[in-house]
Amino acid sequence: MYGWLWRHLPGPTAVRVLISAILVALVVVACFTWLYPAIAPYMPFNETTVGE
Amino acid sequence: MTEPTAATPQHRARRRRHGVVYGTVGVIGELLITLGLLLFGFLVWQLWWTDVQGNRAQAEIVREVVRETPPAASPSAGATEPAVKIAKPRHDAPPVLAEPKHATTFATMQVPRWDGEPERPISEGTDKATVLDVLGVGHYEGTAMPGDIGNFAVAGHRTTYAKPFNRILELKKGDPVVVRTVTLDGGPGTDTWYVYRVVSTQVVAPTQVDVIAPVPNDPSAKPTKRMMTMTTCHPMFSARERFIVHLELDYWAPVSSGTPAELVPGAKTPSADPTSTPSAKDS
Repeated sequence: MYGWLWRHLPGPTAVRVLISAILVALVVVACFTWLYPAIAPYMPFNETTVGE
Repeated sequence: MTEPTAATPQHRARRRRHGVVYGTVGVIGELLITLGLLLFGFLVWQLWWTDVQGNRAQAEIVREVVRETPPAASPSAGATEPAVKIAKPRHDAPPVLAEPKHATTFATMQVPRWDGEPERPISEGTDKATVLDVLGVGHYEGTAMPGDIGNFAVAGHRTTYAKPFNRILELKKGDPVVVRTVTLDGGPGTDTWYVYRVVSTQVVAPTQVDVIAPVPNDPSAKPTKRMMTMTTCHPMFSARERFIVHLELDYWAPVSSGTPAELVPGAKTPSADPTSTPSAKDS
């Protein structure tokens, strides 16, 4: 999977490393902004309000 | 390589089959590693980033909220005097706010024992999505408002989302918790200090909602005291139990009369006697 991605990135190794880093950063930002806030309410340790 | 140069069709087919199997196992392995990294990322987000975001948002709310500024010390005060005027405690019946609309920030709270903790906003309601996760401390709808007879009950996160009640275990009997209402419509109970003091703590099951009854733990009794109750999760990082702190009103004072001595390091509470001024008391 990642091997396939690496083979299809353009340019020399340095450029590929740079593009990979940017892709990873984008994934992290997307997770922090949308994915994690969306799944947090379903976590068992987040049932915090008393009396509901 | 010891492979024969002239591979038979059977050999080639077997190698292709092996390639498919290894490729599939490899992809599954990479997916599992990715899942592990995503879960780790979730922990980072939940345990760190929600605090960063929450603290930023709650500081912003406290900064932006409309309210009176307590008066500074009189110009004649010497260098040894505190820089603010100390409010005189009042023990008569305090003015009480009307219960505001859901998610309205109507007060802030400060806990001198939690040295280094910022002032936290208190907003109406206790659901996570619209109050506790985004606005800090939440007021249980239907319970008393600050200063009123009954039980002013509030909830806050113990961990994550800026964790306003993270240090709840540090509270000791007699510790002050200072609630300050904001201006809202300027009616009764706005811009008022209410100084509560810790009377007891308990650990209960989440189902034990009597802790926020008008008379804590006795829902059928008629309230006579001005109580406050703080509720949060217990133990930390779990939702198994609740840690409860009960407090009782010590005194109140209008914000226009000064700042409670509890919030001014080194200041003494002036006596309620109207003839003695704070500066005369401190010198």
